[in-house]
Amino acid sequence: MSKLVITDLHVTVDTEDGPKEILKGVTLTINDGETHAIMGPNGSGKSTLAYSIAGHPKYTITGGTVTLDGQDVLSLSVDERARAGLFLAMQYPVEVPGVSVSNFLRTAKTALDGEAPKLRTWVKDVNAALEQLNLDPSFGTRSVNEGFSGGEKKRHEIAQLELLDPKVAVLDETDSGLDIDALKVVSEGVNRFRAREGKGVLLITHYTRILRYIEPDFVHVFVDGKVAESGGKELAEQLEANGYDKYVKANA
Amino acid sequence: MTVTTDSVRSALEQDTIESHLNPVGSFDVADHPVPTGREEIWRFSPLKRLKGLHADAPFDRSTTSCTWNTPEGVRIEGVSGDEARSLRGISGLVPNTRFAARVLAEVPASLVVDVPADLEVAEPIVISLDGKDASTTEAGHVAMRFGAHSKAVVVINHEGSSAMAAVVEIVVGDGADVTVVSIQDWADDAVHLAHHQARVGRDATYKHAAVSFGGDVVRMDANVTYDGPGGSAELLGLYFADAGQHIEHRLFADHNAPHTKSNVVYKGALQGEGAHTVWIGNVLIRKVAEGIETYEENRNLVLTDGCRADSVPNLEIETGEIEGAGHASATARFDDEQLFYLQSRGVSEKEAQRLVVHGFFNDLIRQVGVPSIEDRLLTTVEAELAKNVLQDLAAFGRES
Ligand SMILES: Nc1ncnc2c1ncn2[C@@H]1O[C@H](COP(=O)(O)OP(=O)(O)O)[C@@H](O)[C@H]1O
Ligand SMILES: [Mg+2]
Repeated sequence: MSKLVITDLHVTVDTEDGPKEILKGVTLTINDGETHAIMGPNGSGKSTLAYSIAGHPKYTITGGTVTLDGQDVLSLSVDERARAGLFLAMQYPVEVPGVSVSNFLRTAKTALDGEAPKLRTWVKDVNAALEQLNLDPSFGTRSVNEGFSGGEKKRHEIAQLELLDPKVAVLDETDSGLDIDALKVVSEGVNRFRAREGKGVLLITHYTRILRYIEPDFVHVFVDGKVAESGGKELAEQLEANGYDKYVKANA
Repeated sequence: MTVTTDSVRSALEQDTIESHLNPVGSFDVADHPVPTGREEIWRFSPLKRLKGLHADAPFDRSTTSCTWNTPEGVRIEGVSGDEARSLRGISGLVPNTRFAARVLAEVPASLVVDVPADLEVAEPIVISLDGKDASTTEAGHVAMRFGAHSKAVVVINHEGSSAMAAVVEIVVGDGADVTVVSIQDWADDAVHLAHHQARVGRDATYKHAAVSFGGDVVRMDANVTYDGPGGSAELLGLYFADAGQHIEHRLFADHNAPHTKSNVVYKGALQGEGAHTVWIGNVLIRKVAEGIETYEENRNLVLTDGCRADSVPNLEIETGEIEGAGHASATARFDDEQLFYLQSRGVSEKEAQRLVVHGFFNDLIRQVGVPSIEDRLLTTVEAELAKNVLQDLAAFGRES
């Protein structure tokens, strides 16, 4: 089971001029096994939504709730949210100098499962996950995200998604900055994850391109900190043709 | 870059005089007044806690045991009398501090390490100093000579309680490949004032690693000069200061010969009220030193409130004909983004902090390049972390 329910979520960030409201009442339900695409212009608050769900300390929740299978997510620490089954593939993955990818993955897996993975199968799993994302096996000895190309960072995020196997994955612009080959590789990884039993995906994107490879069940247009319109994948086709102008104007 | 006056410039052209980065040296103790704390080279040091070692503390009979292994072909022994006297200043050291001048003038014996030319010593030479009593003050002199094209690793290991002034002189022969690691893993009450001076021969490779974890006050000056072109020096440092500790590393790479290299990397972590670290990185590129390369870097990771890290790189360039010169210095707290990234993968806050600190030191420990002490350094970093940060977390109830 994996049901993520976001209800009337309000979020601010601290600025020099005091708190600034970024999310202005987001309501969204991702049922068991569903993939939802969130599409919106730059600055509309998509990353803020992703980070708020994951618990980034920069954001202050001023109202609303988020639950995963009925459990209150917002009262949990960042690592507790991950252990509850949430995963965030970041728009800008962070470099951690001196910490090797293999050490990082093993530490994360151990933390999530409450016990160290069995060495032999784990090494095999890691190598398979890296290979499927066209990452060289020597990747394991490199420092996390340090000196990775933009594409390698994104593929590394999806390798983690497959290995760490959360209930619900939030993918923040995993497609941006990828060439078409890398986009296909990444999409295949996400689709392998979706093929598993009952996995939820919140796919945040600026472009319709990735939706050719990952077919969403629902599409939401996100403007000025909230959902402006929801529909099926035909909504993505409309956006492809007409862009965000209509929504942004309506909002202005 | 530091602006220099014309008089200093012309003096430097003679290639013999000390830079204004360091006071002019002298073997005569009378030329070195007792420091007041206002001197540039003493202004960071807590003189009151030095037990007089910087001034006129008696050099008593040693209460620190000294043991070593002797790989085949190597001579290591204590010497005195004329032989000891003949070893004073072999590294080109002309003392610029009272304590170094006193050590050379007053200490009756020296520990000599002789590695003959062409000998490649497979196992590290480990010299273990184990202090028994920090209430008496003592001093020591070590002279290491590495013959041409020899290869060796020496580890000096300091443990226990002691109040010690020490001068270590290192002569790296032409084409030799030498690593000297000095580990300061003292007990909490130790005071250690040390000057390590190396002369690096033509085309020789010298690596010095200073590792400071324990002691009330540790101050180490690590200096390098070159005895011909083509020499290369790597000055590495790793330190971890706890509450109340003062750890000070000063280094001076004096590029007095062309086509020489220096690469300085010091990294430190600080935790606990009153933890204080000082890093002074002096690099001088003299007029004759054309075609040299130098880079120096100091990074500090501040783990808790109440710590202070001073970091001062000084790069003084007297010739435009250089291959490359640069420096970097940074002092930072834990990076929230790094911790968030790790925690978002299920890793607890303390485990994330542990990973980041290990990562911070990892490359450096590998760079030290002595496999037999790598594990020990990692374990000690671990133990240091366990001391404070994790306790603090527990105290604040943030442990998960
Ligand atoms: N620290 C901050 N100070 C001021 N504004 C901020 C801060 N952080 C984010 N914002 C603003 O929040 C809005 C939403 O940003 P973000 O969630 O990154 O949007 P998106 O991911 O949709 O491009 C933007 O207008 C951005 O400028
Ligand atoms: Mg964004």
